[in-house]
Amino acid sequence: MYDVVIIGAGVSGCACARELSRYQLNICVLEKEEDVCCGTSKANSAIVHAGFDAKSGSLMAKLNVEGNQMMEELSRELDFPFQRNGSLVVCLHKEELPNLEELYERGIQNGVKDLRIIGREELIEMEPNISQQAVAALYAPTGGIVCPFGMNLAFAENAAVNGVEFYFYTEVVGFEKQESTWLVKTSQGDFATKYIINAAGVYADQFHNMVSSKKLHITPRRGEYCLLDHAVAEYVKHTIFQLPGKYGKGVLVTPTVHGNILVGPTADDIENREGTNTTQEGLEELTARARQTVKDLPMRQVITSFAGLRAHEDGHEFQIGEAEDAKGFIDCAGIESPGLTAAPAIGKMVAQMIKELSNAKEKTDFIAARKGILDPKTLDQEAHAALIRKQPDYGTIVCRCELVSEGEILDAIRRPLGAKSLDGVKRRTRAGMGRCQAGFCSPRTMELLARECNLPLSEITKSGGSSKLIMGRNKDS
Amino acid sequence: MLNYDIVIVGGGPAGLAAAVSAKENGVDSILVLERDQELGGILNQCIHNGFGLHTFKEELTGPEYAARYIEQLEEAKIEYKLNTMVIDITEDKTVTAMNRADGLFEIQAKAIILAMGCRERSRGALNIPGYRPAGIYSAGTAQRLVNMEGCLPGREVVILGSGDIGLIMARRMTLEGAKVQVVAELLPYSGGLKRNIVQCLDDFGIPLKLSHTVVDIEGKERVSGVTIAKVDQNRKPIPGTDKHYTCDTLLLSCGLIPENELSTSLGVEISPVTAGPLVNESLETNVEGVFACGNVLHVHDLVDFVSQEAKAAGKHAAAYVRGGARHLLFDGEDIPIVAEGGVRYTVPKTIHPQRMEENHTVRFRVGDVYQNCYVSVYLNQERVIHRKRQVIVPGEMEEVVLKQEELKTFPNLSQITVKIE
Repeated sequence: MYDVVIIGAGVSGCACARELSRYQLNICVLEKEEDVCCGTSKANSAIVHAGFDAKSGSLMAKLNVEGNQMMEELSRELDFPFQRNGSLVVCLHKEELPNLEELYERGIQNGVKDLRIIGREELIEMEPNISQQAVAALYAPTGGIVCPFGMNLAFAENAAVNGVEFYFYTEVVGFEKQESTWLVKTSQGDFATKYIINAAGVYADQFHNMVSSKKLHITPRRGEYCLLDHAVAEYVKHTIFQLPGKYGKGVLVTPTVHGNILVGPTADDIENREGTNTTQEGLEELTARARQTVKDLPMRQVITSFAGLRAHEDGHEFQIGEAEDAKGFIDCAGIESPGLTAAPAIGKMVAQMIKELSNAKEKTDFIAARKGILDPKTLDQEAHAALIRKQPDYGTIVCRCELVSEGEILDAIRRPLGAKSLDGVKRRTRAGMGRCQAGFCSPRTMELLARECNLPLSEITKSGGSSKLIMGRNKDS
Repeated sequence: MLNYDIVIVGGGPAGLAAAVSAKENGVDSILVLERDQELGGILNQCIHNGFGLHTFKEELTGPEYAARYIEQLEEAKIEYKLNTMVIDITEDKTVTAMNRADGLFEIQAKAIILAMGCRERSRGALNIPGYRPAGIYSAGTAQRLVNMEGCLPGREVVILGSGDIGLIMARRMTLEGAKVQVVAELLPYSGGLKRNIVQCLDDFGIPLKLSHTVVDIEGKERVSGVTIAKVDQNRKPIPGTDKHYTCDTLLLSCGLIPENELSTSLGVEISPVTAGPLVNESLETNVEGVFACGNVLHVHDLVDFVSQEAKAAGKHAAAYVRGGARHLLFDGEDIPIVAEGGVRYTVPKTIHPQRMEENHTVRFRVGDVYQNCYVSVYLNQERVIHRKRQVIVPGEMEEVVLKQEELKTFPNLSQITVKIE
């Protein structure tokens, strides 16, 4: 019998798991994919929003600002990449200045610190590549960027170290309410529990609606993105939004914590909850819109494009709390932007709820700190040299584009909740995320996975399931 | 800190030939740095034949061709380090590299030869829409899996791009038991060598669809199909021309990109056309004592020409180190070579009448297919070469030979022009 079963190992689910692992509770996370961070959490803007966007007084606004304020300390404690680079909402049309003012006012109400509106000259000084058309901008120094995989993995690994169990390839198919407990039916058998946390992203409404008569509705809203090469890392320094208005919503152009430029997202409401394909129209639209705010954006430097699905709830509000007519079933639904920013605060909020419901006691042996995969590029030359002397695996470069060593890849595979696939290694180490897009390193990474997991090469996958990379041996047919 | 006269970055065909040549030209202190676990570079996975017709007057496989140069390197007792990644080069020619045995180390060189080769254009860079499942490989990655690991990356294959590696892989995959359904090429002409189209596609009945591209990739986990459409003159897909192929694999052979990230960080000026360094007749970049050759300089069709070019780079680097030909890098007497009228670029970009060879080969590519035309060379306004050609295609590198005597004696020479007429 579990105290808590969490559905979904995305950033919300894992944030809840990590916060709950402070308590004397028996917890598990059920994930239908092969790894953590496989849905909405892996394909988004990787932004830490300042908090001026969400409607004042909403839960979204509250958790956004709280989550933002938690980032520095949390990123140090759990060792994931985060940078407070500041964000700019660029106004391109004079007649839309009132909208910028409105955004400023909302930000102030939401408790966003240090907000100010800057004029064209100051804007150009801050961002020389900004559009000639720009008239003013809302500058939020508290805006930031984060590695979404890094944060999600950090929560998950730390939760695992503190006793949370993770079950992969475990798809929830139904629930059975018993006296005061639940039976969670899955593709891998039943899990009995006192509490359920529904952090199932674009599937959260389906699970909610299985147990509650107060229906929820979530639409998968697809967002397409392009990622640009390190060669143009300095093209913009802040996260550049376009002021939404009658000329459309615009797309953001932002540096990433790893020195790329990210452009996106589009917004298309679709039916398919697995519809993470990019489209010709979407990719064309991205370029056109991004160039409205950033002049001559070098789209020739695109190294990859991808799409993610936001879990858009009809009321555009986070749905967090116990379902009224299903005691012990706690929703963590409708977590769309600024969900990544809010995740730490969501985790805290949900953990507090469970604590109150269950009267759980804090552990005395909770381990708060987690060490991420060592990136030797962050060391000075002397320390780097010493590391290779001590552990020669750090001297063999596997991914030449991102300079990822064998040592880092082995760490990614061997650590708690270690990588089992090429994409798993990629999310943890960046091997294969560079300009050649795994052309050179994938055979080598596959070999390392095969060796470490004690599997034949033909069993190694790109992203689990039937995503096999090898279909057979030469001349076997 | 280690000290060498010449450090060569890359132990593929360019690096090997440059090293052997530098030694022949009187420099003993040479170090070749190779990031892979053996010398030879991409030749090691090119197990088909057709290499060496120019250099050795016989048909060799890639590994055999590489072996000839590796033997010469060993005989000449030239030092090399394998599994060694160069991570930085400074303008004063300090090379930072790393490997398991030596850790992180620095080398001070007097001259550097850049021979890092190239990489393949990826699906991401092509911005092909659709899902991102397993089963999408660049042709070279598939070649490595098949030829070096013995693994078949797929059974039902569609290939986008008619570059030489794609054509070679169409044949290889067929021979190993896969079914190659079609090769689609965005352009109205093939990017590969004529002989490869005949020997790799025609001989196996594999259709080549020109002016076609992939407009969608299906499959959440593994590729389950791709859609190909015809494109118009602006290379935009024409609605209504979609054709769906059920397949498990998409191979991409859509161009090679010289790997010049190290060059750029050390201040080498890069041509926007070739994506390789701009060099003078001695294959020297704008950074004194830094030379470039092979596919890092511009993408070649034949390894024989890589070896020739690398031999010249080795010789000039040796001359630079010995100080014999006191270096007159871009000293004002360099005559620019201008590419015009369909010629996309030339290598070299400038030529010095005193330093050039007696008969100096200038290589170039055209940007389109030209029939019944002339390759012309002008010294200032005077036409000195006018060679009739039946057909010239972008997929095959061209050359003209300039005569030193002619350039030296030409009054007030200020520009050389290469063009198609």
